[in-house]
Amino acid sequence: MKLPRFSRKTLCIPYAVFLVFFVIIPMCVILFYAFTDRQMHFSFSNFLRFFSDPTKLSTIVYSIVIALITTVICLVIAYPVALILARSKLKKKFVILMLFVLPMWINFVLRVNALRELFNLLSQSEALSWLENANIFKTIVGMVYDFLPFMILPLYTTMLKIDTSLYEASADLGGNAFTTFFRITLPLSMPGIMSGVTMVFLPSMTNYVVSDMLGNAKVTIIGKFIYEYFGSDWHMGSMVALVLLIVVFVSTLLSGGFKSEENVRGTNL
Amino acid sequence: MKHPILSKCLKAGFVGLVLLLLYLPILLLAVYSFDKTDMIGRFQGFSFKHYADLFTNSKVLGMIGNTFLLAFIAATLSTVLGTMGALGMFYCKKRTKTAIHAVSQIPVINAEIVTALALAVTFVAVGLGKSYFTLLIGHMVICTPFVVLSVMPKLKQMDNSLYEAALDLGASPFKALMQVVLPQIIPGVISGFMLAVTLSLDDYIVTVYTRPAGFETISTYVFNATMKGNAHTAVTLSSFWALTTIIFVVIVLFVLISNLAGRKKKEADK
Repeated sequence: MKLPRFSRKTLCIPYAVFLVFFVIIPMCVILFYAFTDRQMHFSFSNFLRFFSDPTKLSTIVYSIVIALITTVICLVIAYPVALILARSKLKKKFVILMLFVLPMWINFVLRVNALRELFNLLSQSEALSWLENANIFKTIVGMVYDFLPFMILPLYTTMLKIDTSLYEASADLGGNAFTTFFRITLPLSMPGIMSGVTMVFLPSMTNYVVSDMLGNAKVTIIGKFIYEYFGSDWHMGSMVALVLLIVVFVSTLLSGGFKSEENVRGTNL
Repeated sequence: MKHPILSKCLKAGFVGLVLLLLYLPILLLAVYSFDKTDMIGRFQGFSFKHYADLFTNSKVLGMIGNTFLLAFIAATLSTVLGTMGALGMFYCKKRTKTAIHAVSQIPVINAEIVTALALAVTFVAVGLGKSYFTLLIGHMVICTPFVVLSVMPKLKQMDNSLYEAALDLGASPFKALMQVVLPQIIPGVISGFMLAVTLSLDDYIVTVYTRPAGFETISTYVFNATMKGNAHTAVTLSSFWALTTIIFVVIVLFVLISNLAGRKKKEADK
């Protein structure tokens, strides 16, 4: 038997097969479970149950609010940091950026645990004893702490690309610092804001490790919801997952798609 | 700026403050990991007790071993699969390329919990259940797309005429690929591998959904131990302070060494 001629294209076959089996098929399975009942008959019952149950809807709203607050705080902290670093003339600014990325390489459960210990210590003092039961506050601080680098990196990379002569042009044309910021810096850093926001918003809606460890398991977000259904009711769990999936795709479409150049994990620095 | 010095100080102060807050929890644990007692707040005396606890407990050592072995295997397989995938896609027709690329993005943008649930439900539905194999697949699903993402830009930068030249000089396509194309994309392959390792080491959610019974990684073990409290675990929670400190020091050393090596190489290139 003659072997077929080696072609470079065939190299992608294993990956394509892998994607079909472990990405496409699982998504179809979720879709199937979401729209079937326990007898595996087609039904809209999960859908109706989901959208008519006030506790489920309020959990969704609650997670979205927590995620929004986290995202806004991250943006407010990260934007000036990224701007200062991007405009800095320091030769070693790369090292400072590295310092922001470095904690990301510590296992994130260990990192959240460290923050938990810090909170425990702080709540022992009398002035800060309210911290002990401030579950939502601690959860949000934990999420900001965990996801801040995801916001800084895309902002920094887009700001580096801004042509500095634009600032000079703006100043020459009589623009003050305020107009320069709103007419030049902000619009040009929009792609970075978009990818930073999606990188922070989504995990803060679904990553229940942070909310469980810092919120004394009293803060329930969508991610925890799916986890609880995984033990009892796959059909309902799939429905919640499907809703999340739709949220993700809509927000990705709105933000103009994921930019692969803004490698959020920082290994391409 | 009217006050260049003042604004410089403010900027440095802001960046410094954020950094301080980022490192405060880790530094706190690093200091108290050398304390005699299990209490954070007052340093009672220097000791290596927590480190000794960590290294003498076979269960803890087992889960650390599990974590790193899994990360290594998953990252290696993901790197091979992802590099081949990126190469194949690069030479495919535009339409095929776009299609594969779009599917490949799904695990990247999707919430991890949706990926995890979808995989777990599928595995159980088709009778695979939960085993080391399913765990490995789960980790590969989250790692491989990132390998593809870091190899792709290197392929675009590559000088394509070198491959043609190799063929003209009589090399087989396979040999040309291995000896001409691969060396040009190797930096992307290495950073893809490193990325895959860190993703796998960090993972909690996919691991929980796809792992076989009794299998623990650092993430799952530390999470369960903190949720249950001291009384229910084989080690005191304070030995995790030691673990955090060790990992932190290793990372700092790694970054320092790779930076120095990078600088040496640059100087040598000159």
